[in-house]
Amino acid sequence: MLGYYLNLALRSLKRTPILTGLMVLATGLGIGASMTMLTVLHVMTDDPLPGRSAQLYTPHLDPLPLEYKLRDDSPNPTDDLTWPDAMALLKAHRGVRQAAMAGGSLLLWPGRSDLRPFYVNGRYATADFFALFGVPFERGGGWSAADDAAAAQVVVLTETLARKLFGTGNAVGQTVRLGEHDFRVIGVAAHWVPKPLFYADQTGTQYSDADLFFLPLSAAVSQKLQVSGNRSGWAKGDETALTSANMSWLQFWAQLDTPAQIAAYRQYLVDYSAQQKALGRFQRPPTNAKLYSLMGWLAHENLVPNDVRLQLWLALGFLFVCMVNIVALLLAKFLRRSGEISVRRALGARRRDIFVQLGIESALIGVAGGALGVAIAQLGLWSIRQRPDDYARLAQMDASMLLGTLMFAVVASVLAGLLPAWRACRVPPALQLKAM
Amino acid sequence: MHPIISALKHHKTTVVLVALEIALTCAIVTNALFLIGDRVAAIRAPTGVSDNELVWAQTSGLDLGQGGKAGDDTAADMAALQGMPGVESVVTTSGLPLSGDMFSRSVYRRSGDKGSSLDNVVEYMGSPGMLRTLGIKVSEGRDFLPKEHVDYDPFKKGQLPPTVAIITRTLAEELWPGQDPLGKTFWQDSNGKDALQVVGVVDHLLNPQINNAQGIDRSFILPVAMVRGGLYVLRVKPGARGAVKRDLPEVLTRIDPLRMVTEDHIYSDTVSDFYHGDRAMIWVLVVVTSCLLALTALGVVGLSSFWVQQRTRQIGIRRAIGATRRDILRYFQFENLLIVTAGIVIGSLGAVGLNLWLMQRYELAHMPLAWLATGAVVLWLLGQLAVLGPALRAARVPPVVATRSV
Repeated sequence: MLGYYLNLALRSLKRTPILTGLMVLATGLGIGASMTMLTVLHVMTDDPLPGRSAQLYTPHLDPLPLEYKLRDDSPNPTDDLTWPDAMALLKAHRGVRQAAMAGGSLLLWPGRSDLRPFYVNGRYATADFFALFGVPFERGGGWSAADDAAAAQVVVLTETLARKLFGTGNAVGQTVRLGEHDFRVIGVAAHWVPKPLFYADQTGTQYSDADLFFLPLSAAVSQKLQVSGNRSGWAKGDETALTSANMSWLQFWAQLDTPAQIAAYRQYLVDYSAQQKALGRFQRPPTNAKLYSLMGWLAHENLVPNDVRLQLWLALGFLFVCMVNIVALLLAKFLRRSGEISVRRALGARRRDIFVQLGIESALIGVAGGALGVAIAQLGLWSIRQRPDDYARLAQMDASMLLGTLMFAVVASVLAGLLPAWRACRVPPALQLKAM
Repeated sequence: MHPIISALKHHKTTVVLVALEIALTCAIVTNALFLIGDRVAAIRAPTGVSDNELVWAQTSGLDLGQGGKAGDDTAADMAALQGMPGVESVVTTSGLPLSGDMFSRSVYRRSGDKGSSLDNVVEYMGSPGMLRTLGIKVSEGRDFLPKEHVDYDPFKKGQLPPTVAIITRTLAEELWPGQDPLGKTFWQDSNGKDALQVVGVVDHLLNPQINNAQGIDRSFILPVAMVRGGLYVLRVKPGARGAVKRDLPEVLTRIDPLRMVTEDHIYSDTVSDFYHGDRAMIWVLVVVTSCLLALTALGVVGLSSFWVQQRTRQIGIRRAIGATRRDILRYFQFENLLIVTAGIVIGSLGAVGLNLWLMQRYELAHMPLAWLATGAVVLWLLGQLAVLGPALRAARVPPVVATRSV
């Protein structure tokens, strides 16, 4: 029966090529525009560390004085931790693993005549950083807690940077001059760039930034290395010293495996805040302390620009108009065939049969429209990749989005066909036959 | 008119669908046109400088461990840049409109009165000849005198700041609404120190960045002898810009090989880069709006054709009993006008609602009602254009059709 309906649908669509083309075009444009923007949103809100993200949590404390006013237009100081708080959390060791970190941009002296000095972005972190995030190594490894304590001048390079500096030779054991200091290379990490760079502070361009080196946070602080990213101070006097208790600049992540660990960590943050308040350092309620999951933190940061959201709404609105258009056109098309439908009804077809037959016809338009939509979405994504925004290069469709596009188109067109098909199968056959 | 309405009652669902489509299109297109207008206006806002005659560069001193102070090279740099072919003049400034980094501070209307502060005012600094080189036009008052340029770095202690400033019209209006700002004084320090006397006003000068805190063009310019670590801005004949930009890193590196030229741009590219997001948005809005209008028009054509075909016999009868071709044409045109008008009425309400929602969520501006009228006119024209073909076909139906078949 299905084959017969398909045959009927194809014949009917071929009879009115312009109308069919118009409906396919409408579906294709609407689906293409929507899927372009949905894909952009999808890649921007995707999990940066699949498999690990569910265990990663970031604690946040509120050390601000009562009179500090948060402003919409400047970064919130409680997004980051102060040095004393980060060190206290590290020392307490309440997570399975934990690390404190901050970004840095340093001038690298290649020590070769053919390479001029250049700036590289990297991360100052504590020892657990690599195990916490599962950074893969090609050679060597990270540093130990003892190196942290000794502020050892060691560095882990990424494979890209190691190859640029030392060619294909072994970089481990070599020395790299960063800023004014020499660092010994102890490991080479494989290419590893979470998108977005969730652990970086949010003033950067998190979709395009990448860390090319990692070195101990303690070494960065003792050598007063340049820290990039936001530093918010709230007291007069020592606010520029990195170890100040009144300036936040550090990011902190912990691995928590079980719900009990998560609850215990939450409680620990509140207890710690209460203790600091009792000591007179914190002034705000201890319950201001928060623990975000990785995806929760990304949602809180709200990395998707307003323009992208606006364009998504525009595309969805456009799709809706396309669908209304198709409903009207299908209605006209189906009702025009009242005579044919009545003959089939008189010959014994049930209302349900007519409904299924017309439904298949709209689904067919959906398949064609979906195929066109995929092509249009590829074109749209290509044009987005030409933009200079930091997220632009990520705008690619994966297999699931591709399949989703086709499904979306078929579902939308079948939905659009529901009302017209229902109206058409309720045409009274006798009346129509008489008029013929 | 009455028969048209009663005829429409026979096609309730279709009429409602078409009106709904028009209404949605109206709501979206009106807001989209408004957004386009808004962004175009932002892009067309004058920067306040000669966009097409500037090249700029910034260097970072790499004197780490080599001794010598950063900025020692500035005078030599300027001399070398001045000597490049095609370069008319060179200055150092703390920033250029839309160039990125900026410095802002609070200023005070009254001496020693903390309550009289105006926060987040952008401070530009420039070496002698800044206004002339950049092409900033003083609309009231005068340019700085050479002796007014003093040695000053806001991050160094113990230096006295300049005593005069040139301010933008926007800042003048906020400091002293409705008054003549020339000769008036404001303070950089809450304790009544560092007074600045206004010697000139400029109408246009955009900030290095545009955001909610610092606004668009709320700034003042200070005359300094030299801006260390600032921007080199070169006034160049438009035709020579490419060559100057190309040779510039080499000229600067020759003065001091141990440093990096971190920025070197033709200024018009800087301006164009700054607005890339707005241009992308305009492009998307234009494409979607045109597709939407085209689709709506095609939908109307499709349905009108269907109706014409369906009513061929009625048209024939009307023609047989005396209706002229013009009557038939008018009939379909008027029918379309009725449906489109209904759609526009609903759509205008939707447009206002959509605008309110967007204002709340995305900090957009309030849509002036003129855009509603624009949207309505566009859709009326579109509807009439779309129905013309089918209506003409209807008008060509001969009266003899009435006598054929039953």
